[in-house]
Amino acid sequence: MKISSTQITPEKFYKNRRKFIKQLGLASSVFYFAPTLFSTANASNKLTEYRYITTYNNYYEFGTGKNHPVERSQNFITDPWSITIDGEVEKKITLSMDDIKKMFPVEERIYRLRCVEGWSMVIPWLGFPLNKLLKKANPTSKAKFVKFESILDPEQMIGQRYPILDWPYKEGLRIDEAMHPLTIMVTGLYGKELPNQNGSPIRLMVPWKYGFKSAKAIVRISFVEKMPTSSWMKSSPREYGFYSNVNPNVDHPRWSQATERVIGEGIMSPRIPTLMFNGYEGEVAHLYKDMDLRKYY
Amino acid sequence: MIRYSKIFVFLLCLWPLYSIIYQIFYNKLGAEPVDKIINHFGEWTLIFIFLTLSMSPLKKITNSTIWIKYRRMLGLFVFFYASIHLLSYVGLDYRFDFQPIINDVLKKKFVFIGFAAWLLLIPLAITSSNKMMKILKHNWKKIHRLIYVIGIFGVLHFIWLSKTIFFKPLIFLAILIFLLLFRVNFKKSSSKI
Repeated sequence: MKISSTQITPEKFYKNRRKFIKQLGLASSVFYFAPTLFSTANASNKLTEYRYITTYNNYYEFGTGKNHPVERSQNFITDPWSITIDGEVEKKITLSMDDIKKMFPVEERIYRLRCVEGWSMVIPWLGFPLNKLLKKANPTSKAKFVKFESILDPEQMIGQRYPILDWPYKEGLRIDEAMHPLTIMVTGLYGKELPNQNGSPIRLMVPWKYGFKSAKAIVRISFVEKMPTSSWMKSSPREYGFYSNVNPNVDHPRWSQATERVIGEGIMSPRIPTLMFNGYEGEVAHLYKDMDLRKYY
Repeated sequence: MIRYSKIFVFLLCLWPLYSIIYQIFYNKLGAEPVDKIINHFGEWTLIFIFLTLSMSPLKKITNSTIWIKYRRMLGLFVFFYASIHLLSYVGLDYRFDFQPIINDVLKKKFVFIGFAAWLLLIPLAITSSNKMMKILKHNWKKIHRLIYVIGIFGVLHFIWLSKTIFFKPLIFLAILIFLLLFRVNFKKSSSKI
């Protein structure tokens, strides 16, 4: 379901955003995808405030506290930066951020982000479909999965000096998931450049999966034949599966996934029910038909 | 003298309450205020368990019994903060909707063990008075050894609810192990060998 921007965005943000986008010379055609409105909680499609999106982050490369990424990432160097696409491809390619910015005009996508911890935000991302990037690389017929690798730089990323996860951060998608038009590469939010704490200069965003699937600060994308093992799968295979689709009916082994807290809503606001595929059921359910989602969590 | 110092310690022990009231009043709870409140009181419960468990080691180290005079108050603060922690989870987070809470207690081990720890605190709070001490005699000591179990349950509760043990849960575990090691009588066991 598409809803108009004015319906979801407070006007002052809307106007500011238009201005930002013009200033940055970004694409003027803007598409809005948003999850279905709740009948019980209309407030839940309100954009999360910029200050919460940029100060409440899970980015273990900078520490496990929610405040650590914003506090410790401000001097992180994101320029120069390039992404290599390799593996089962006809020819390995490396694109600089400048190339990427020239090749792929960004559009705004308002997505709900549902963290596996049981909270959610509504974020206006700037990005472009991953499939546009992947098509540049001509994958071979052997390619079945796409593997994402974030930067490894313990000098700059204090969390990587400890064995919190299998560094560098690794994630993966099935090819059809990666090619899905909702799957985007993000370079900005709220009409601005992507802040370091949100995964600058470029990150993945797969809105129907738990947040950790959307790897930050990506430097390498590989087409592979076998299902890749993500860092979280390696850390706890029983708790974090390859698919990690948002699913209110399949609990995390240690906590429930039936409801979520809306970030920035204050003490008195209740939890809201979590939606199948985070509200994107209409768009993505066909990818998983005939699959037992309890088994393939 | 000891009476005034007790009042002073009592007011000091209310610090977690002052700080959360300040944060609520000045809107400093951040992105996830309910979670912050629950975690705040959960962490302070563990800290007060550690403080309670520190009194008898401090007695040994300093050769002074003064520490024991504060132990009961600290222990009651454990129960106090654990109860606010539980109440904020039941009331603020789940708005007294008991169906999902009962589900959590039965199905989720971190909720189960946390709730068990709180239940175990009840007999300790009830038997904390001088009168009960006299009535229970030797049994009083036995009952109050439950605090070790409560400490272990509390730290397990923290570890199990966390996505990774790094770093806070690990630090809490280290402190607990350190405090429990004081209770192990190494001389006794080594003399057996």
